[in-house]
Amino acid sequence: MRVMAQMSMIMNLDKCIGCHTCSVTCKQVWTNRTGVEYAWFNNVETRPGLGYPREYENQDKWKGGWVRNSRGRLQLKAGGRLKKLSQIFNNPNLPQIDDYYEPWTYDYDMLTTAPAGTQSPVARPKSLLTGQDIDIKWSGNWDDDLGGSQETAAQDPILATMSEKVKMEFEETFMFYLPRICEHCLNPACVAACPSGAMYKREEDGIVLVDEDGCRGWRMCVSACPYKKVYFNHKTGKAEKCTLCYPLIEQGKPTICSETCVGRLRYLGLMLYDADAVLEAASIENDQDLLNAQRACFLDPFDPEVIAAAKAEGMADDWIEAAQNSPIYKLITEYEVALPLHPEYRTMPMVWYIPPLSPVVDVVSNSGNDGEDARTLFAAIDKLRIPVEYLAGLFSAGDVVPVELSLRKLAAMRAYMRDINLGNEPDERIPNAVGMTGESMQAMYRLLAIAKYEDRYVIPKAHVETARELDELGCSLDNDGGPGMGGPNSHAGPHNGGDAGPAGPYGNTPGMPLNGTVYNYNEMVGDSPIIKTRPTTSGRVNLLNWNGSGAPTGMFPPRPAAGSLA
Amino acid sequence: MTAWDYLLWVAFPYAAFGVFVVGHLLRYRYDQFGWTSRSSQTYENRLLRWGSPMFHYGILMVIGGHAVGLFIPKQWLEFFGVTEHLYHLGATWLGSFAAVLTVAGLAILIYRRRLTKRVLLVTTVMDKVMYVFLAGTITFGTTATVLYQIFGGGYDYRGSISPWIRSLFSFQPDPSLMSDVPFFFQLHVLTAVTLFLLWPFTRLVHVFSAPLGYLVRPYVVYRSRDNPHGAGARPPRRGWEKSERPLERSRK
Repeated sequence: MRVMAQMSMIMNLDKCIGCHTCSVTCKQVWTNRTGVEYAWFNNVETRPGLGYPREYENQDKWKGGWVRNSRGRLQLKAGGRLKKLSQIFNNPNLPQIDDYYEPWTYDYDMLTTAPAGTQSPVARPKSLLTGQDIDIKWSGNWDDDLGGSQETAAQDPILATMSEKVKMEFEETFMFYLPRICEHCLNPACVAACPSGAMYKREEDGIVLVDEDGCRGWRMCVSACPYKKVYFNHKTGKAEKCTLCYPLIEQGKPTICSETCVGRLRYLGLMLYDADAVLEAASIENDQDLLNAQRACFLDPFDPEVIAAAKAEGMADDWIEAAQNSPIYKLITEYEVALPLHPEYRTMPMVWYIPPLSPVVDVVSNSGNDGEDARTLFAAIDKLRIPVEYLAGLFSAGDVVPVELSLRKLAAMRAYMRDINLGNEPDERIPNAVGMTGESMQAMYRLLAIAKYEDRYVIPKAHVETARELDELGCSLDNDGGPGMGGPNSHAGPHNGGDAGPAGPYGNTPGMPLNGTVYNYNEMVGDSPIIKTRPTTSGRVNLLNWNGSGAPTGMFPPRPAAGSLA
Repeated sequence: MTAWDYLLWVAFPYAAFGVFVVGHLLRYRYDQFGWTSRSSQTYENRLLRWGSPMFHYGILMVIGGHAVGLFIPKQWLEFFGVTEHLYHLGATWLGSFAAVLTVAGLAILIYRRRLTKRVLLVTTVMDKVMYVFLAGTITFGTTATVLYQIFGGGYDYRGSISPWIRSLFSFQPDPSLMSDVPFFFQLHVLTAVTLFLLWPFTRLVHVFSAPLGYLVRPYVVYRSRDNPHGAGARPPRRGWEKSERPLERSRK
């Protein structure tokens, strides 16, 4: 047993309203640069729909992920090592930029500089690749909210696998949103496909990253990822991908997509797993057994044997504690409501989803029945084959059983909590019908419906103390009280009455001067609330310090002494 | 032998070789982020699908042929029973096949680069200079082969050019070997030497990152959070254009 920790995410799809705030904030933080205009590390797609890039789930076309070969061994679907190297001069499975969309802007200048005329000036769309006029025919969310789905939905790769033909007619339509980021898989196909060895999985938290210095732009990762979540920066010629905002995660803070999620539907936490068991689990014969095979790789963080093994691997106590409090562990293993996206790709994805009950509830309510009654909902889950089969195509390789179990638990929670909220006697038969107790159902309700910030995000900080200590060894004399005291790093900063020296962006810190980055924010700021709210530019006023009464310090120049006014 | 001979066949090649080696070392040391083939496959693939493999497989064969012709002494091959006639046959036929692949591939690539707007716009000046010397080297080499080897009586470069190159590598340069070499071979050599001079400053550096290690490494790579010098101690590097704080700008 080799215990490893994986920082994982779960999204509760019932709560997603498709507002794209996660995508926008992610873009502002990570991909607002030339070369990745078309890339959305986080995107939200409407399902049924083609997704982004178009039809990315059609692995007959894109050859992403792994397959089990005739000898029972796992190999990349696009071919083995030799075949990959032989195709290095032209990757036959690489999506074109048009499969995502050709990035564009608008000729806004025209609106203000056009000469006076009889017609209003128009800001025409211009391609960001060629600068020429562009006829926009597709983009990342062209079929948002099922727009144009009469034309496109039939190409949805999941619909194509379903036994019943879904008519995309208004009254029979169901839809939900699927936000997607990199899956940070336990068995990542992109890492396995990188010829340069520049992609890696971090030992500490399992985050999959690209070493931008080591990447040589062979593009095999882009095509190997079945979720198409590695992007080729066409300006730098290097691969880029979702980093799970590791600089934030290292500080114990949630990713930007989670932090800004309006529906508060994202959960972040650790999962302990047995790294030695992953390959065997991913090689299991039947696609529909992959879900349980992956569940079997996860380790119980309360098991003394697991704890001992984790400590032997050098895992710190606060990490083990975080794994015990992890909302991910609760939702995947305790309540078994979360499911992985496309386990059949055999990459062992680690961003899981709680399937949406809303398509079922909507049908029940629209038909005039009670959408919060347990028995009605249970019956509807059994009867409504189309949404359930579709969800199974996404989350369990087509096996409806795990999806039904998850939906029944959500339905039971809905019904059980209604009684409690209305002050009725809670009906214990409802949780029992789905193998839960009233107590565990209420705990699940608190986690899913109340969803407190500290319950959603249980993120242990990365351990950098040792590195910092080493760093400070060489210059201990500069510290407060040492012979070098009073140098540029002395503690006499403006906030404690001293002279404003060339401090770091977050004030003065002992030891070597640091470049202020998000990586070391906590270290530099320490626990001082004064420094935390200090403006990063001296001479400016931080209104966060102002309690609302009187004039904030520094906002206005000092009043002249009485009588001195000319 | 004139001063020109020394300049062209001793000084220039050594200077180029020096720049080649030092340039690569410096670029590898200081520009890992820029070390890439800068593929344009996502812009256009219809032509690239044919042009790129044709050119690359062709040029690999050409390089192999040059290694045999230039670095393995004639006598050694003859010891293994490869006679002059046999060598000439092999070099001409295999060489011509490789040349057809390379030239056709390169023609497709240049056509694509020039006429696909998306690709043209990301082509740098250095790319264009490189294309001139790469295409020149290949064209002159092919011309020499066609003129002297196929239609001419056959020129035994293994008696002149090959020993000259080996003389450079043994640091006993003998420019006299190159004085009487036919014109197009001379031109071929000179453009090639210039290409080597430019090499470290072009995208051609991707040749030296041919990922052969992929064949033997484990599939999934794990790395530890690398932080050898303490958080934040690493100076900012290329790739993320950092926006400066207003205060620092005003100080300058």
